[in-house]
Amino acid sequence: MPYRIDLNATRYSFPSLKVLLARASPERSGDALAGLAADGPLRRIAAQHVLADVPLSDFLSDVMEVDGDGVTALIAGQHDRTAFAPVAALTVGGFRDWLLDPATTGADIAGLAWGLTPEMVAAVSKIMRAQDLIAVAAKVEVVTRFRSTLGLKGRLSTRNQPNHPTDDSQGIALSALDGLLMGAGDAVIGVNPATDSLPDYIRICEVLDAIRSQLAIPTQTCCLGHVTTALAAMEAGAPVDLVFQSVAGSDKANAGFGVTLATLDEAAEAVAALGRAPKGANLMYFETGQGAALSADAHHGMDQQTMEARAYAVARRYRPLLVNTVVGFIGPEYLADGKQITRAGLEDHFCGKLLGLPMGVDVCYTNHAWADQDDLDILLTALAAAGVNFVITVPGGDDIMLNYQSLSFHDASYIRRTLGKPPAPEFAEWIAANGIGTPGVTLPTLDAALGQLRLPAA
Amino acid sequence: MSAKPPTPPAEIRALTEARLTFGRRGSAVDTAGALAFALDHARARAAVEAELDLPTLAAALDRMGLAHRVVTSAAGDRSGFIRRPDLGRRLREDGAATLAGLGPVDVALVLGDGLSATAVALNGAAFVADLAARLDRMCLRLSPVILARQARVALGDKIALALQATTVVMALGERPGLSAADSLGVYITHLPRPDTADSGRNCISNIREAGLPVTEAAGQAAQLIAAMRASGQSGVALSRALASGALPPARP
Repeated sequence: MPYRIDLNATRYSFPSLKVLLARASPERSGDALAGLAADGPLRRIAAQHVLADVPLSDFLSDVMEVDGDGVTALIAGQHDRTAFAPVAALTVGGFRDWLLDPATTGADIAGLAWGLTPEMVAAVSKIMRAQDLIAVAAKVEVVTRFRSTLGLKGRLSTRNQPNHPTDDSQGIALSALDGLLMGAGDAVIGVNPATDSLPDYIRICEVLDAIRSQLAIPTQTCCLGHVTTALAAMEAGAPVDLVFQSVAGSDKANAGFGVTLATLDEAAEAVAALGRAPKGANLMYFETGQGAALSADAHHGMDQQTMEARAYAVARRYRPLLVNTVVGFIGPEYLADGKQITRAGLEDHFCGKLLGLPMGVDVCYTNHAWADQDDLDILLTALAAAGVNFVITVPGGDDIMLNYQSLSFHDASYIRRTLGKPPAPEFAEWIAANGIGTPGVTLPTLDAALGQLRLPAA
Repeated sequence: MSAKPPTPPAEIRALTEARLTFGRRGSAVDTAGALAFALDHARARAAVEAELDLPTLAAALDRMGLAHRVVTSAAGDRSGFIRRPDLGRRLREDGAATLAGLGPVDVALVLGDGLSATAVALNGAAFVADLAARLDRMCLRLSPVILARQARVALGDKIALALQATTVVMALGERPGLSAADSLGVYITHLPRPDTADSGRNCISNIREAGLPVTEAAGQAAQLIAAMRASGQSGVALSRALASGALPPARP
């Protein structure tokens, strides 16, 4: 069915829902790179007008139009008609109005989660302004639990990311301690390993577990290696709290990450069997990012924001503890500047929350993007207003392993003070008990704190 | 004027370059720290925005007795180069004419701006001169040094094909980090094709004053080229063969 509109005596036609979604996307470099973007502002807005009138139920057909794609099958299989019923008769535009209606509560929206598909939430996000994305997401509470309770309304958690270019145990510990002494790490203390070898993965798990258990921190730890490495490490008895994997919105893109749904199923089962968490805890951690599918040439002619939302269908299958978009990390060929990164960060958070995910964001940029610290500050502030579950923090905002800028531990302190956002309740108790952030309390120096830890031998 | 931030203990500096906090905790980064960060970012941005300084490079190569030519990718300018990596991997239309008649050769030597022309300005000419001398001693026929503007790694493959080169060395500026904006990276590919996968290349990175010295990098590159030409392969396949001892270590 062709989608068309006459605006100012010009006819704009869009041959498919997939093309319509792409042309309606707010401007970003990745869609231009893929040759999918509207050729100008008028066609973009024309597409948004048409999109607003499309019934939500149209999105229940195969929008990506690729035979045999496992993510498409997953999306179809996840759809819950009963949950969908309250909005089943609405158009995309009507859905936006419903979401923004003050009478629509967070519980109403949360109740829809399994009735919505990624394409529906991507579609509505494309006709929403930044304040709409913030206002609606702020209504929704997605709570997950392990040793800490994350996502409670009014709170903001942080991942403490103590990466090190050679995975040096003491180097990792120093950065982790630096963050802990500033109250960072209630979502997770998580390291991206520089190598993906099994011995290093196991050693990093042991270092992080030593820090957590010796300091009795109510948080979880994670080595963000490949899921197959995590499987082997669990087999070898490593202290694995959370299994991590990067995921994307098509089988082909996931194949680019070297992962299948079957492998993820196996890992989810294996980590649950370890019994390290209270019953019913959430045990998986996923990262995503707009442009991931395109960079693997696995976007199938679909715009990058809709592909990103499709990745959330993969993530939610596993009831994860944490999901975050690495929004500014993938590069300026996908999100060119601070404006595009900001918009994408708010879209990803909104879409994740609507699909029921405990959504966090790596508020970040690379040095070849047209972005700087001001852009990070604005996005962090906007996301805190939107009720983001967690953000990523590194020493001084400089990730010395991945060579990009993310938020600093100081930035997390700024948002806590300015907007009154405490960390998870269990972690808040721990930092209070240790005098962290308490005026007049002298904290140990980093070298003293490191000296008191008993780290496993390298 | 704010106080200088406390100096980290030497033993901590030896363990990590992370921007740890050594002073008071619980407040914003102090003025000196914030401005130091801004300077590092400005240095990185300047490196990304910089263009190849062709007159200076040409003069340096002339002094070393190395012939040179200039080509530009289809990306045209810095902004297009950043947004359109696909264009940075293709030669502009006039490239074929520039390269006509220069081949066939054994090894194509390419010096591209990549994401840091600063890195090329500091160490580019010295690296190719050192490598060219080593390859000369191996009796390999070399192309002139091709100075490539708005160049991604895979532009080297297109240049090599135009030169009928069997091995291509693409040295170019790496994406600047906050701590180093002057790293040169070298990608070497044997039997390059229009669609060479990244797994078909061998890489030497972090070539800079505070990293891998130029001479050492040129030595590694020459060894890799010798191994490639002896075994007929490059990239992951070559690394695997070298690691398993299937190939004798080359001695250029």
